[in-house]
Amino acid sequence: MEATHVLASGTSSMLVWLIALPALGATILLLAGRRSDKWGHLLATGLSGASFVVGVVELFKMLSRDGESRGVSQHLFTWINAGSFKVDAGLLLDQLSICFVLLITGVGTLIHVYSIAYMEHDHDRRRFFSYLNLFIAAMLLLVLGDSFLNLYVGWEGVGLASYLLIGFWNQKPAYATAAKKAFIVNRIGDMGLTFAIMIAFTAFGTVSFQGVANHAGPEHKQVMTWMGLALLLAAAGKSAQFPLQSWLGDAMAGPTPVSALIHAATMVTAGVYLITRSNFVFDSAPTAQLMVVIVGVVTLLFGALIGTAKDDIKKALAASTMSQIGYMILAAGLGPAGYAFAIMHLLTHGFFKASMFLGAGSVMHGMNDEVDMRKFGRLRVAMPITYLTFGLGYLAIIGVPPFSGFFSKDKIIEAAFNAGGARGWILGFAALLGAAITAFYMTRVMVMTFFGRKRWADDAHPHESPKLMTVPIIILSVGSIAAGALFAFGSSLQHWLEPVVARGFVEGEHALSPIFVSMMALVSVALGVALAYVKYVRVPVEAMAPTNVSIWTRLARRDLLQDAFNEALFMRPGQYLTRALSFFDRKVVDGAVNGTGALFGGLSVRIRRAQTGYVRTYALFILVGAALVLAAMLAARI
Amino acid sequence: MNPNNYLVLSALLFSIGAIGVVLRRNAIVVFMCVELMLNAANLAFVTFARLLGNLDGQVVAFFTMVVAACEVVVGLAIIVTIFRSRRSASVDDANLLKY
Repeated sequence: MEATHVLASGTSSMLVWLIALPALGATILLLAGRRSDKWGHLLATGLSGASFVVGVVELFKMLSRDGESRGVSQHLFTWINAGSFKVDAGLLLDQLSICFVLLITGVGTLIHVYSIAYMEHDHDRRRFFSYLNLFIAAMLLLVLGDSFLNLYVGWEGVGLASYLLIGFWNQKPAYATAAKKAFIVNRIGDMGLTFAIMIAFTAFGTVSFQGVANHAGPEHKQVMTWMGLALLLAAAGKSAQFPLQSWLGDAMAGPTPVSALIHAATMVTAGVYLITRSNFVFDSAPTAQLMVVIVGVVTLLFGALIGTAKDDIKKALAASTMSQIGYMILAAGLGPAGYAFAIMHLLTHGFFKASMFLGAGSVMHGMNDEVDMRKFGRLRVAMPITYLTFGLGYLAIIGVPPFSGFFSKDKIIEAAFNAGGARGWILGFAALLGAAITAFYMTRVMVMTFFGRKRWADDAHPHESPKLMTVPIIILSVGSIAAGALFAFGSSLQHWLEPVVARGFVEGEHALSPIFVSMMALVSVALGVALAYVKYVRVPVEAMAPTNVSIWTRLARRDLLQDAFNEALFMRPGQYLTRALSFFDRKVVDGAVNGTGALFGGLSVRIRRAQTGYVRTYALFILVGAALVLAAMLAARI
Repeated sequence: MNPNNYLVLSALLFSIGAIGVVLRRNAIVVFMCVELMLNAANLAFVTFARLLGNLDGQVVAFFTMVVAACEVVVGLAIIVTIFRSRRSASVDDANLLKY
């Protein structure tokens, strides 16, 4: 079945322009430097928009072809040609990639527009836009690459862009450290991708998706399991999944549009893309799939718990992102039954989370860059548009029908219950619990920011943001209203992705009727909202965070000790190791080298005494030497 | 005529020269001892040429004389120069080139 599957049946010469346009923008802005300060942001936005237009054109071309032959490819050049090993730099656009292309360029362009106003007073705005364009180009390369190696280039590119943008205000040491943290944790994940590529090359002699897909099947179960685990590590690093989740909260150091674009809507979902794209690997490796599911479930609860205690609005949203990606990873781990729902949740999440982050940015813009929600309150009066759009995002994320999150999350919960047996029950109830906690902490964010009494700082004069900022948010919140219904209606997204991710998949028996699952999901959401109502509406929110809190709250405030854990398990031993190695280097290696030098130095001090300066001494040496040589020659003759 | 006698003489002359070079301090005497060694070598060459019945050794003896003449020219010039600057012809006084 898989072996006969062809990823791309046609070619298109337009694909390269998707990547080339934003890459061109980044190059021009970086090379032109300060000269492009005046028009740099317009060029970057325009090129990102142009890339979106190319994407839409490709979508319509794709729609005009029938189901099985929608994938197109473009061969760019032969990248590596070494004996029997050949890697082509090629692009692949199929039903899966086009979803990402439109999400990246669409949301990306809106965020470009938003950033024009948001970054207006930053004297480095042009550099910011060049990095944004670099990110768009790298992310497009990631989703368009037709082999693991091409994907890897984009993968590293988005990592670089993420690093540069988290540390955009690197004059603050804490922000520079956050950037480094993200970079280093991501590097661990990237090792996983490297291993996966090496495994594919060693086992199959190819690294292209098509090539590896041709080998999929139970006969390569062991190889596929290892490869799947390596890919899972890569996905965990990039998507901030357990155990590599610690960087995402700190990544909020970057400007808010970056948090919206990279650390909510697109880059952090690359892990989901990777697993979905490698569906042929995971479908042949049940053990790896189980691990994916476990990672997803752990992260979705982990992130949700952290979200309940965060007072920093961006960190609360980051924890929520982590948790929502946990849902996607969970769905992707469920195999063909879940891939489409993972992508559906990814797309709807891209809309509502980006809109909420931009809303948070709008709030910060009006509140002198304050992020502490305890200093907000009653902002719905001062910022009606932000309030409404954030509210729509809120309804979408907690899963209230008919907003988009309801459709996508509900499907994932349903698929989790359908996983079968004890596994199905555990996964299903964990997902339900996650939904309840999500409702709780998002209600908390909503209440603390927009309701209650004013807790503003004395010099705060909140005001609505300019049109350049509100319009992108409005467009995104329209997406968060409509996207879910659009994708779910008649299972349209499911059928759209079927040729790529779920070939020949037949839906099994339902463990519970879909209506009943939806009811349970709604009840858990209602419970979460009610609990938040009791805790944050009945009891007024304090302007200072209470200190006499339970151990659980304290744990959640400290990110469930993720940093303490990493510090104790990796950082400290690492430091001891490097210290020991440096000691070894100083004493043993340097000791040996310097000792040799000192030995010969000391010897020469003594031996040079033979150089007396008296001619007769030299003459004697020569004489004795000649006599010895002569004696030796005579001895040899005898 | 026993060639051994000539060779013994040559060895004796060479040893006297060598001992002179090593023991004497006066540069001129050292120089003469060097000449003595060269001539001892010459004597050995000529003796062997005679012994073996060819001219090779004699040719080399001429070369040695030429070299010795050159050496005298250069060496004496050096000795005279040193004497002029240091007021001494002792080889032990010219010992600056050392550790």
